[in-house]
Amino acid sequence: MTATTPRAYRPPAPIGGRPGARAERRRTLTAFAFLAPALAILSVFVAWPMLSALQLSFTDASGFGTAEWVGLDNYVRVFADPDIRDAMLNTLWYTVLFTPTAVLSALALALVLNSPSLPFRGFFRTALFLPFIVSLAVGAFAWSYLLDPRLGLLNYWLQGAGVQLGDVLEDPVLAMPAVALVAVWKNFGFYMVIFLAGLQDVPASLYEAARMDGAGAWRRFTNVTVPMLSNTFAFVLIFALIAALQTFDQIYVMTGGGPYGHTQTIVMEIYQSGFRKLELGFASALSYVLLIATLLLSIVQFVFFGRREKDLA
Amino acid sequence: MTAVTARRPARDRIRPASVVTFLVMVIVTAAVLLPIAIIVFTAFKPIPEVNAYPPTLVPTEWTLDNLARIFTELPLARLLLNSVIFAGGVTLCALVFDSLAAYALARIDFRGRTVLLVAIIASLMIPFQATLVPVYQLVADLGWINTYQGLIAPRAADAFGIFLLRQFFLALPRDLDNAARIDGAGELRVFRSIVLPNVVPALMTLGVFTFVNNWNDLLWPLVFTTQAQMGTVTSGLTLLTGPGGIIPYGVMMAGSLIAVVPLAIAFLLVQRRFIDNIATTGLK
Repeated sequence: MTATTPRAYRPPAPIGGRPGARAERRRTLTAFAFLAPALAILSVFVAWPMLSALQLSFTDASGFGTAEWVGLDNYVRVFADPDIRDAMLNTLWYTVLFTPTAVLSALALALVLNSPSLPFRGFFRTALFLPFIVSLAVGAFAWSYLLDPRLGLLNYWLQGAGVQLGDVLEDPVLAMPAVALVAVWKNFGFYMVIFLAGLQDVPASLYEAARMDGAGAWRRFTNVTVPMLSNTFAFVLIFALIAALQTFDQIYVMTGGGPYGHTQTIVMEIYQSGFRKLELGFASALSYVLLIATLLLSIVQFVFFGRREKDLA
Repeated sequence: MTAVTARRPARDRIRPASVVTFLVMVIVTAAVLLPIAIIVFTAFKPIPEVNAYPPTLVPTEWTLDNLARIFTELPLARLLLNSVIFAGGVTLCALVFDSLAAYALARIDFRGRTVLLVAIIASLMIPFQATLVPVYQLVADLGWINTYQGLIAPRAADAFGIFLLRQFFLALPRDLDNAARIDGAGELRVFRSIVLPNVVPALMTLGVFTFVNNWNDLLWPLVFTTQAQMGTVTSGLTLLTGPGGIIPYGVMMAGSLIAVVPLAIAFLLVQRRFIDNIATTGLK
């Protein structure tokens, strides 16, 4: 994969000398001097907390007093507590709403932007990417206002078109699509530029060859674009899946998990149990469930990443 | 053959399909920009007009009242400063530490390199939300809650940045630094005066990306700061919403505008290069 570098610097062996064991020790020391700050930070604030969270997840730690070992109790609760089960199902439902919408709209817009006959391509690209620099929290304010049942412009316009949305964020059915929409709005532009880069990597000669063979626009799309873009597609898809699992910001702002827990997600639960109710052990067990889900997705992603890299090499 | 040459190039004709595509793009773009437009327009709209029915997009009368009032509702100047220190500090530290580590992993041949690289790639997969509780405990034990170092230190190096920069360093030709080494330059010299200047666009992209992500992050400042004075713009604004949120939308949108404007300016200045790099380098 990416783990080895075939042509790293290795000074020529001294003529007639031994194979430079001292030089190698020197290089190792230099390398670790370069690595030291980053390794220190990553060990203290990533590696150690990961082990610490595992240990915490088997205790009833609360931030006060001594923590007792409770075995698998927290994990049993993760899967038995109906609220947590709901939060997991909500996260899944959010993922189903967010991922295909964000990825497919990004792909569609990238395909349109990639056609040279479209005027003002640069403007469209910048404008569509712009929401990516707006925070989810600020995006959530704007969308909450647009969707406000009395003062919201979007609600008013939809009423004009005969659609009565009511109070979307208080609606058990509509609240989740609304918070997913905010994330789609923020993120599709990022996925779109990744697709655009993927499309620009497709050699023009392939399209020419297909044209020569008499392939129409649709055939060129299915027989050239789709296979050439499949790795990029898989990469973006998993990127979006991981983002969906970790969703928090706009839900915190727009609904706080409501109405009646209908937008409560795993990270919302981690935040509330860990930092509001101070159930540190339980929050750690929840964190590990999130960690393992993310890890599985990341491993799949790295397989594609490796493939893509090989393709580019 | 004659058929091919007789056909006029597609771009000389205006086809109905491309007109439709163009119109669709105009509508989609307008819809995407609507939330940004509502922030900008509402920030300058007098409160009575914001509360009037039917709602409007563009103010009939423009006012600076909302922008003035947000500064009394929140210690906004302080929050902006906090955001700059937090996002700027994380960006600066991460760029320095990540590039140093990436250099060692890409350009120096040493024992244990592969193991380290695999470990760093593995840590790339750990979401920060999953280690938030123990990191919080650690920062609390250090007495760093409500401090800049508490916000910055845990993010002062970043596996993604190391990985990304390593890819860039690998792509540089070896002859560059080997020549310098033969001339007697030490590794730090090679790093600073030969390798780094060749990856400035990558550093800029990673820098803007890191800055934007931290400026916009909500969960992190929410967890590591408990005093309103130490929050960021993003976390501070959320204090105004929620139950009993009596803050008028005009004031909320003024705050949102202030949170977005610095990023929007930075982005529009570097946007072409930034979008190209984020797309092509984000994955390579």
